[in-house]
Amino acid sequence: MLKLEKRPQPSRSWTYLTPLLAVVITMIVGGALFSLMGNNPVEVIRTIFWDPLFGEFAFYYRPQMLVKGAPLILIAIGLSLGFRAGIWNIGAEGQYIIGAITGAAVGLAFYPMESWIIFPLMVLAGALGGWAWAMIPAILKTRFGTNEILVSLMLVYVAEQLLAKMALGALKNPDGFGFPGSRNFQQYPSGHNAEIIAGSGMHWGVVAAFIAVIFAYVLLNRHILGYHIRLTGQAPRAARFAGVRPTRLILFCLGASGALAGLAGMFEVSGPAGQINIDFNVGYGFTAIIVAFLGRLHPVGILLAGLLMALTYIGGEIAQSNLGLPAAAIQMFQGMLLFFLLAVDLLTNYRIRLAKAEAA
Amino acid sequence: MKLTSFLTGAAMALGLATSALAQDITKVGFIYVGPIGDGGWTYEHDKGRLAVEEAFGDKVETVYQESVPEGADASRAITQMALQGADLIFTTSFGYMDATVGVASKFPDVKFEHATGYKTAPNVSVYSARFYEGRAVQGHIAGKMTETNIIGYIASFPIPEVIRGINSAYIHAKRVNPDVQFKVIWAYTWFNPAKEADAATALIEQGADVILQHTDSTAPQAAAEKAENVITFGQASDMSEYAPHPRVSSIIDNWAPYYIARTQAVMDGSWESVNTWDGIREGMVGIGEITDAVPADVKAEALAMKDAMAAGEYHPFTGPLKKQDGSDWLAEGEVADDGTLAGMNFYVEGLEGDIPQ
Repeated sequence: MLKLEKRPQPSRSWTYLTPLLAVVITMIVGGALFSLMGNNPVEVIRTIFWDPLFGEFAFYYRPQMLVKGAPLILIAIGLSLGFRAGIWNIGAEGQYIIGAITGAAVGLAFYPMESWIIFPLMVLAGALGGWAWAMIPAILKTRFGTNEILVSLMLVYVAEQLLAKMALGALKNPDGFGFPGSRNFQQYPSGHNAEIIAGSGMHWGVVAAFIAVIFAYVLLNRHILGYHIRLTGQAPRAARFAGVRPTRLILFCLGASGALAGLAGMFEVSGPAGQINIDFNVGYGFTAIIVAFLGRLHPVGILLAGLLMALTYIGGEIAQSNLGLPAAAIQMFQGMLLFFLLAVDLLTNYRIRLAKAEAA
Repeated sequence: MKLTSFLTGAAMALGLATSALAQDITKVGFIYVGPIGDGGWTYEHDKGRLAVEEAFGDKVETVYQESVPEGADASRAITQMALQGADLIFTTSFGYMDATVGVASKFPDVKFEHATGYKTAPNVSVYSARFYEGRAVQGHIAGKMTETNIIGYIASFPIPEVIRGINSAYIHAKRVNPDVQFKVIWAYTWFNPAKEADAATALIEQGADVILQHTDSTAPQAAAEKAENVITFGQASDMSEYAPHPRVSSIIDNWAPYYIARTQAVMDGSWESVNTWDGIREGMVGIGEITDAVPADVKAEALAMKDAMAAGEYHPFTGPLKKQDGSDWLAEGEVADDGTLAGMNFYVEGLEGDIPQ
């Protein structure tokens, strides 16, 4: 008989091994699913994990991984700060939208003027927009004790309505024949978040994501604020005695994650997406929650998890169009990844023991 | 085949490929906004794809990607198809417009066809159907059939194509029933069964006994079926599984002839950038069977209208018509020009509410 035994300390080695194990199990079970659907499982797995990196068109897919991964990493880094302290910002999608709107609005206000100052101003506006949107649940929580999970989540839907309003009204392209959607930043050099080196996928959002990873690492490991965050998550009472002021911490964690999500939205709207439109947001803010946990709330882990997630997206798309797999099968495959990660997490906190059946 | 697709793919990436280098197999790609099983819009496009396979057999290879979000992800999906050696790519939703034009500029030797947009390029065609002709028939039946005089309309996005449909349906419902009132819900989605079902339920609760939809799933049909005494029309596809009631007729998009003709053109090397807008006459828009739930005389009138449009004798936007604000639009007997229709951003007189902006 198998028996679970709680470990006195979470196992360090399993902490690092479980994500890899989860990926392997996902490949095996996913492969079985694909073969049940009549595909060659090895071919599908190779298409998803190998082709984007080393296949014949890797020169295109590798940069695309950065494009797809950057917003996930940027948002997940912000979320991880709060999650570590037990502050749950579920509404990053909304902050992402608002950051895109404010960033784009500032850029479009200057159209068609050309100046180097415009893009930095847009960056600032994007961060501020996301920050302000996150301040709503933060202040409601610190002032009135409302639940930040609910408030931040509900504000996503408000942000979506605002997005539609902007795409149809204030930010609508005057030369767009009445169709919704703003001007395209790809045709406005001063506001365009272009690739820094053409064909590399490296736009300013990717740079920002890398900077955020480094910053978060330093903050969590070398700074008193990072210590407070970790302490609050692990032992709230002890944190109180250690002089942590919860109000400040809430404002900081929600504000920082909002600002980073806003930045992600701003870089996306001015770069890969190009324009504000009704369906501009595609769920990065929610997927980033998965990325944050997949990366163990650790900055480097998040970096790797974001890239892995991007890989499954891009590989999944290739599998769809080359092998004719339905989109739902790919989504299931991605879902499995999180599912198995949570499942094998058990090994971090528990030991599996072979127990002899005891006589009654 | 593997080698050919590698060669063409690599060459196209460098912008060097000519169609002479291409192979005897023509590769045709399709980008879909919903799943192929949506039972509506994407389902019909996929039927067109299968028709292309049927028509050309092993001379053609088709690939598709479903549920592609409009925006940044669309660019990648389209680029990927071009890289993999597609000779012709159909992008089948309005929101793919900028992505299609953008990718097309990087692959001058691949032909692109964008549905329902307005931006063309030397290697980008646009095509759409005159769905508003079908809406006229719908409006007529709806106006005759409603007892509460309230017609619910599930609209997707406030773009000219959708506004045209609302106007056309309203004009023809009002003509046979002056008391008719339209309630419009903007769903801001093309395909979201849950949202569509909610919208249908809300409209039914507000007294609507006819539900018209410009979204792609069959969820509104299912909601209407539950409510009884509510009729619906199939959208984009026949949705005949809901006939004879609540679905009493439908607008069917028939893309197959167009897709076959365009694939043929690529094979012949005669492909040119065109702007196609076909309707009932050309067979791109079809009216699904009108069931017995509709009285015989109403059915006869509806079919007569359809025949008149097929013969080119009747245009759904024929004056006198005024705009919502009361200003004149079309004088007696005047017919709307395609330019105005293509960019239509106003309601006709009598419709209540505002177009979101």
